[in-house]
Amino acid sequence: MANFYLDNPSLKHHLNHPLMKRIVALKERDYTDAEKYDYAPINFDDAMDSYEKVMEIAGEVIGDVVAVNAEEVDHVGPTVENNRVIYAAGTAQNLKATTQAGLMGLSMPRRYTGLNFPMVPFVMTSDMAARADAGFSNLWALQDCAETLYEFGNEEQRQSFIPRVCAGETMSMDLTEPDAGSDLQAVMLKATFDEANDCWRLNGVKRFITNGDADIHLVLARSEEGTKDGRGLSMFIYDKKDGGVNVRRIENKMGIKGSPTCELTYKNAKAQLCGERRLGLIKYVMSLMNGARLGIIAQATGLSEAAYREAVAYAKDRKQFGKAIIEFPAVYEMISNIRAKLDGSRSILYETARFVDIYKILEDIEKERKLEPDEKAELKKYKKLADAFTPLGKLFATEYANQNTYDTIQIHGGSGFMKDYPCERYYRDARITNIYEGTSQLQVVAAIRHVLTGTYLAQMKAYQAEQLNPELDGLKARLAKLVEIYEQLVPKIADAKDEVYLDFQARRLVESAGHIILSYLLLSDTDRTPEEFRRSAEVYVTYAETEIAKIQKFINEFPIENLEYYKQV
Amino acid sequence: MGLKIIVLAKQVPDTRNVGKDAMTPEGTVNRAALAAIFNPEDLNALEQALRLKDEYSDSTVTLLTMGPPRAADIIREGLFRGSDGGYLLTDRAFAGADTLATSYAISMAIKKIGDFDLIVCGRQAIDGDTAQVGPQVAEKLGIPQITYTEEIQSVKNGKITVKRRLEHGVEIVEGKLPMLVTVNGSAPDCRPRNAKLIQRFKYAKTASERNAEESNYSRLSASRTYLNIGEWSTADVNADIKQCGLSGSPTKVKKIENVVFQAKESKTLDSSDQQIEELIVELITNHTIG
Repeated sequence: MANFYLDNPSLKHHLNHPLMKRIVALKERDYTDAEKYDYAPINFDDAMDSYEKVMEIAGEVIGDVVAVNAEEVDHVGPTVENNRVIYAAGTAQNLKATTQAGLMGLSMPRRYTGLNFPMVPFVMTSDMAARADAGFSNLWALQDCAETLYEFGNEEQRQSFIPRVCAGETMSMDLTEPDAGSDLQAVMLKATFDEANDCWRLNGVKRFITNGDADIHLVLARSEEGTKDGRGLSMFIYDKKDGGVNVRRIENKMGIKGSPTCELTYKNAKAQLCGERRLGLIKYVMSLMNGARLGIIAQATGLSEAAYREAVAYAKDRKQFGKAIIEFPAVYEMISNIRAKLDGSRSILYETARFVDIYKILEDIEKERKLEPDEKAELKKYKKLADAFTPLGKLFATEYANQNTYDTIQIHGGSGFMKDYPCERYYRDARITNIYEGTSQLQVVAAIRHVLTGTYLAQMKAYQAEQLNPELDGLKARLAKLVEIYEQLVPKIADAKDEVYLDFQARRLVESAGHIILSYLLLSDTDRTPEEFRRSAEVYVTYAETEIAKIQKFINEFPIENLEYYKQV
Repeated sequence: MGLKIIVLAKQVPDTRNVGKDAMTPEGTVNRAALAAIFNPEDLNALEQALRLKDEYSDSTVTLLTMGPPRAADIIREGLFRGSDGGYLLTDRAFAGADTLATSYAISMAIKKIGDFDLIVCGRQAIDGDTAQVGPQVAEKLGIPQITYTEEIQSVKNGKITVKRRLEHGVEIVEGKLPMLVTVNGSAPDCRPRNAKLIQRFKYAKTASERNAEESNYSRLSASRTYLNIGEWSTADVNADIKQCGLSGSPTKVKKIENVVFQAKESKTLDSSDQQIEELIVELITNHTIG
């Protein structure tokens, strides 16, 4: 009997961020839906009250059902019979409970039977779900594919598919192939137009498809014969009811075992084009991936939360040398670092979600009416911030999930290595988060642009300019010093005008930016809810200073010609 | 074929998590110290009713509860999970009722509701554990009853088929509508509260609640009549005051004692086959296992 929303005050803190006032007003179009739908809010307080109540429902279902099933789902996993995936019994039960609770289609507009919630509460459900069962959180977060379908599909497609997602049908995004992983431009799955039946036909193989036997698939396929790059790819919707896609096998994975990872064969599968031809990869999948990356930040944060709780519980309970091990500095330092990294991950998760919310809702409004100049500027600003924060958040939250689950096992000692405690599951589950939806290395590639163009620096300055409680002046001054160092480091690399050298040092610059931004976010959290975040702000700033000192030394003392020692023949 | 279903539910103190302050020095339940919850087996009952509603379109599920004004929570909780409406039977004159007076009041309220096909209620409430109210209501209404239900398997052509969970197995029985069934805790758990329904019904209030707190949302109830939770007094259900509450209750609590188990029920055995065999025989004989 646990409620994963009510037992975690930091969720309420993030749900009630001041920027929500703007987000909700935009999302609810000044509360006009209330005339048409009796479950629509009549004002801001009403909307927030509804989010709160629905988060409570989600917290209860996730705590009482998903969390309880997690261990067995991890052991049993899904199976394949007659080319179809059969979920573990617990997974099926989870899907039933979350559907009954009306939590599917959380962010979809009401006219398609959704709840019209912003991304912030949607992401919060993923955060909670991952704390319970990271494998299930994949199936859960994939409903976000509906967002892409909503954004780029035509009205008929929206009307036929979105209500089905709201009613509990699952989705998948079929992108990767045996020879197209990080490099999606190499996708070969063939789409040909079937004149006789006025539809598209898909033929080929997809690999590593999460929830590959979903009811509704978004598929990236090559529609332009003779092309070799991303511009020949389009996005398609495949409806499982039409048949033609079989599950050849599911992967035997290290973690997230409840989430079926499928190899799919397409044999003349009927499909419909989503959006325009040739924009599949360059526009739609980029949007899809950004949403998915936000989902992974949430997944990683949920895993860190689970690890933190497990670490504290064990360290309080376990007695050695006559006292609980949590009383030893070596252990409590680890726990404080876990907590600080967890709080930092969560802060950037919701900051990013808010940025995404504002720009996406404004884009949606733009379909209904012309935006005012200030709204246009607002859209541009937040889109850029979302674009900059998404890779940074993914890089940090997923690396921290790995570190945190690793340290939690360490705190458990030999017991952590056994299957008796859930920390070994968290550790295995976390390992994929910094690999899929773009490896950490690729997040650096996406983020370095914002180091060089100054997006991060401008945002650091904006945070620095915020009025906070004077008690935080000391920490703020320390952060201002870190910003100075960052400002020195960036030109040092950029001015060398050497692409390879830049690639070599990129991660160090991106990490410096991330440490500073996470620190500022924790400061702002402390300003609003000191009792919850003060310790983490102190611990994280100290950690950031140490990490940046290391980076500073490396960059300052590294002769560019030493790159030769690193190159592999 | 739509069914008219009435679910009887009770708000009870959460006696499952009892702390030190659960009893007053006088030996009565300290209600202030315990959270008020939906009686667990009544939730199992509600789920059975909602499943029938899922299966037979046009069915309605109406909740009926008796209690203090705050028991309106029970009606809201039902609305959040899928019931169509409900009535709160509340009046000082109902206070102190034993099972006889309770079943009288409830049966009068059911008569006031009028038409129904099926009444579903939990086997018993966790505060009293009597399991008497359901059966007594059936008697007072002059309808048949099926107790210990684990699953309502079907309702067809005026007949209901029910799986009963008994001590040594299950029994499938059939009966004629209208019928009252009481549901066991072994029946499936109730579905969760629903995100859309909680937003639709969160401002559902009884008239007294609405009068007590004038809010921005009060005006909603004028255009959305389903936000009005029915609230009935003794007079509303034409109840004879003498048969209600304390005056209608022949059961008088003479004394309540806290029982603390003194002896530790443990035994020490060695690992010999003989001792283990003796233990097995003992456990089978006293029906702990087998």
